[in-house]
Amino acid sequence: MISLTTPLDESAVRALKVGDEVAISGVLFTGRDAVHKYLHEGGALPEGLSLRGGIIYHCGPVVIKDEAGRWKVVAAGPTTSIREEPYQWQIMRDHGIRGVIGKGGMGPRTQAACKEYGCVYLHAVGGAAQVLAERITAVRNVYLMEKFGSPEAIWEIEVRDFPCVVTMDAKGQSLHETVFASSKAKLEELLAAQNK
Amino acid sequence: MNVLQESLIELIRRTSAEVPDDVSRAILAALEREKQGTIAASAMRIIEQNIELAKRKSQPICQDTGSVLFYVDCPVGYDQLAFEEAARAAVKEATRKGYLRQNSVDAITGKNDGTNLGPGAPTLHFHQHRGPEVEVRLVLKGGGCENVGAQYSLPDESLKANRDLEGCKRAVLDAVLQAQGKGCGPGVLGVCIGGDRATGYEYSKLQFLRRLDDRNPDPVLDKFEQDIMNIANELGIGPMGFGGKTTLLGVKACAVNRVPASYFVSVSYMCWAFRRQGVKLAEDGRIEQWLY
Repeated sequence: MISLTTPLDESAVRALKVGDEVAISGVLFTGRDAVHKYLHEGGALPEGLSLRGGIIYHCGPVVIKDEAGRWKVVAAGPTTSIREEPYQWQIMRDHGIRGVIGKGGMGPRTQAACKEYGCVYLHAVGGAAQVLAERITAVRNVYLMEKFGSPEAIWEIEVRDFPCVVTMDAKGQSLHETVFASSKAKLEELLAAQNK
Repeated sequence: MNVLQESLIELIRRTSAEVPDDVSRAILAALEREKQGTIAASAMRIIEQNIELAKRKSQPICQDTGSVLFYVDCPVGYDQLAFEEAARAAVKEATRKGYLRQNSVDAITGKNDGTNLGPGAPTLHFHQHRGPEVEVRLVLKGGGCENVGAQYSLPDESLKANRDLEGCKRAVLDAVLQAQGKGCGPGVLGVCIGGDRATGYEYSKLQFLRRLDDRNPDPVLDKFEQDIMNIANELGIGPMGFGGKTTLLGVKACAVNRVPASYFVSVSYMCWAFRRQGVKLAEDGRIEQWLY
């Protein structure tokens, strides 16, 4: 297990490789469909918010206010990342993010951008909303809530030992590509064998 | 608040926070199968911890609390409109309590009014029967796994899938291949052979009401289910598509009549966070018995 602390620096990110298990501490910014489309279309980040060196988490959390009126994240697993494939590379380029957390992996444009701008794709366990919410220690802020609603807003959250696996690294490797190719070949082999 | 409404809120709470026992057992078996020290084993361990934690804290297993699908078996003459009103009120209250995420948006504008109510939300399926019982089953189906569902129209030359059971198998296994990583595996497939496009998907989803450890009473479909399960678990896709031994936790299939011109194979995918529960209600709306 490799411990990472945000903001991430480029050399640490470039040293990561596919299959590494990491534990992240520091700050994450949630962002999903609406945020990505908004930034892609030239939307500005709210004042005071910078993503540089940061990590975007593809997540629409369940957040409630406790008795004292503080935000509390009660469930926060990753959402499917491939929907952001048209936009992610641009956010890596324009906003200097060093990591993206999500599930399911992403495509060739994101892969190329990881290599070019020094970024990694980190896979969290999909559906593990409780284990992951427990690693969120505080909600610092929420942005674009009025515009996009709670699941689609940017939540700035503090995390401790948030568990992920590197599945796309800055060297051009993708676990998703490797597993897809090997499982496809295996399926063809099994189907051919049973028809003999 | 009436008794029925309270029962439905409890049904929603438990469905959102707990996987049924049959699913929990299948997940534990999968965890034992994965090789220690692999990222697949790490993923399964996080999944197991998550199930335990959600149940203990009575909070959603997954933040995507999904489409809210009610299946109601009721006697002739049962007031379905009153049930629908109670179900809508229960969904709204369960959302306020955080059992459900604010998870339903206007299809065109994307506006989220925070209630989980709207056209088609929640979805209710009523089925009359001759007996006196009222049974309500609830499935919460998240978007990640819904997005990897697929419908094939046979023959499909690219898959070498003809209009026979072998062709159906090829179609379903293609769906498994394409879903990898995205649907939060290890998952469960609901399959319908036949029907029209709408009923095909509808029946494929109905398969999720079956227990994972049941066997199909039709020997042909039983073999079909087992074959797909065995092949899929040899593909090395594994939990979350990380590579590993368990790609599927179950396959449930049915066949319904089709018109001669159509031959659809509809596949619905359910993630490991398989949220399904059911209750038998007493006459006054109280929960008499849990069904899973």
